[in-house]
Amino acid sequence: MLAYAIRRFGQSFIVLVFMSFLVFVGVYAIGNPVELLVNPQADEAERIRATAALGLDKPFLEQYWGFLVGAAKGDLGKSFVFNVPALTLILEKLPATIELAFVAMVLAISLGIPLGLVAGLKPDSFVGRGIMAGSIMGFSLPTFWVGLVLIMIFSVHLGWLPSNGRGETVLVAGIPVSFLTMDGIAHLAMPATNLALFKLSLLIRLTRAGTREAMLQDYVKFARAKGLPQRRVIGVHVLKNILIPIVTVIGLELGSVIAFAIVTESIFAWPGTGKLLIDSINQLDRPVIVAYLLVIVSLFVVINFVVDVLYSLLDPRVRLGGAAAAH
Amino acid sequence: MTEPARVEGPWVRFWRDFSESRLALVGLALLALVVAIAILAPVISPQNPYDLAQLDVMDSKLAPGEASGTGKTYWLGTDDQGRDMLSGIFYGLRISLGVGVASTIFALAIGLVLGLVAAYFGGWVDTLVMRIVDIQLSFPAILIALVLLAVLGQGVDKIVVALVTVQWAYYARTVRSSALVERQKEYIEAARVLALGQARVVFRHLLPNCLPPLIVVATVQVAHAIALEATLSFLGLGLPITEPSLGLLISNGFQYLLSGKYWISFYPGIALLVTIMAINLVADQLRDVLNPRLRK
Repeated sequence: MLAYAIRRFGQSFIVLVFMSFLVFVGVYAIGNPVELLVNPQADEAERIRATAALGLDKPFLEQYWGFLVGAAKGDLGKSFVFNVPALTLILEKLPATIELAFVAMVLAISLGIPLGLVAGLKPDSFVGRGIMAGSIMGFSLPTFWVGLVLIMIFSVHLGWLPSNGRGETVLVAGIPVSFLTMDGIAHLAMPATNLALFKLSLLIRLTRAGTREAMLQDYVKFARAKGLPQRRVIGVHVLKNILIPIVTVIGLELGSVIAFAIVTESIFAWPGTGKLLIDSINQLDRPVIVAYLLVIVSLFVVINFVVDVLYSLLDPRVRLGGAAAAH
Repeated sequence: MTEPARVEGPWVRFWRDFSESRLALVGLALLALVVAIAILAPVISPQNPYDLAQLDVMDSKLAPGEASGTGKTYWLGTDDQGRDMLSGIFYGLRISLGVGVASTIFALAIGLVLGLVAAYFGGWVDTLVMRIVDIQLSFPAILIALVLLAVLGQGVDKIVVALVTVQWAYYARTVRSSALVERQKEYIEAARVLALGQARVVFRHLLPNCLPPLIVVATVQVAHAIALEATLSFLGLGLPITEPSLGLLISNGFQYLLSGKYWISFYPGIALLVTIMAINLVADQLRDVLNPRLRK
């Protein structure tokens, strides 16, 4: 287990360094941030001074080396625009993104599994077909357009829900959260629904397919033959077996929820890391772009690791060493 | 089947299986309509939305069907520059569909060759290709495309590059897994025994037998590519304003949404939805028809 963890994180570390290099090369190639930061009327001397102040006059490899040395000390550079450490900027915005992603995931799970079960148990019924039609819609509707339609209906037409921001927040252990105030919940409702929709459709499909397959298995027939009530057969025998792939997918989708939050945050002006990334790309704020990617990728690495460990605990047939190679 | 086996061409059988689902036929009809509109856009559009001489600023932001100063009727309204939304959507479909199909074809070609090579030769080639695929697929496509576009800038060619980069890995993985199975079969051995060239064995013998799952993945991926392009354009990172795809039209209308002018965003969104849904319906049925495990 320990050897596995060390090997796994070693590999991830190499990927991380390699990726930071690629991204660094990439953002290095995007236009000149000085042009955007300096007053357009500034003379040449002013420009050169600004370039030197940002350290952009040094050769590329020296810049990258400086970045690596800083990164090893936990310093990912200062934002060109805000002049504060990029990491601080991201960590300030991260709770908003994680809250949004978490609420969306909880919504998707608490609706997706029951609906998928119903659709799987009665695939040819009106309800079952209705749920499946809904999930096809959920797959086809582009997230950002659903967001617009939600705003159109609930903010503009009905005027029930606010269309931007986080609303009132309260501090929990020093971290601001929205979901504990009424105003915060009102602000959270649309973005979370928007973000949850795609995952909800995915979970419905997965649960339905798993249920249909499990219902044909011998252990279900046997449980029935024993005279167990339907509730116990489904609640224990079926659910326990279909949960294994579902948990894996939920874990893997956590990362993609955080990535897709970029879109949702942009639509609802949710002050999280995704919106920060889009703003930074538009302002050529290189250190923030690089820092965002490093933080997000590290987050993915940890999530994937936890999922693999959970998977091996849930399903004793899976051995951890082989999981990485066979993936 | 009880009747004696009648010789049936593969296309006939394919069509019979496909047309079993009414929903899939609806999807196919819608898809045909969308493709026809995209191809014929310059002929059937009431107005050329890029010809500034045909635009009248006095007609800007008209609601659908509202009477205009020039006596023309805009059935889906106009945008902030007085552009007819219906024409905008027809031209936008052309760009969205074109980008989706083009990126899928390039990604398919790259993924196909790399996947086949990895499966056929095995060893370090296989390890290298599949490692890259694994690493890439562990990141959400939208994140990779976003960063690529931030670096590359705007433009049709750039968005195609970004979409190809995020898509090729799916094909490589699909082709490799079916090629690994096919490679063990006797006809490959027979072809090798005949001392045919390796390229010939790979492309003429191995490839055709790996195609069915690939067709399914490719159909789904066209829909994904279109949605992804729309999303990126919506975020302001995809196409330039001179070549508005559906995503850009929606993005353009977003600022007017809060003041109740819904049609600038809403109708391009419907067009996008219909396109993606039609492709998904067709893909769903293709998956069932081409899946040998479900074949009766």
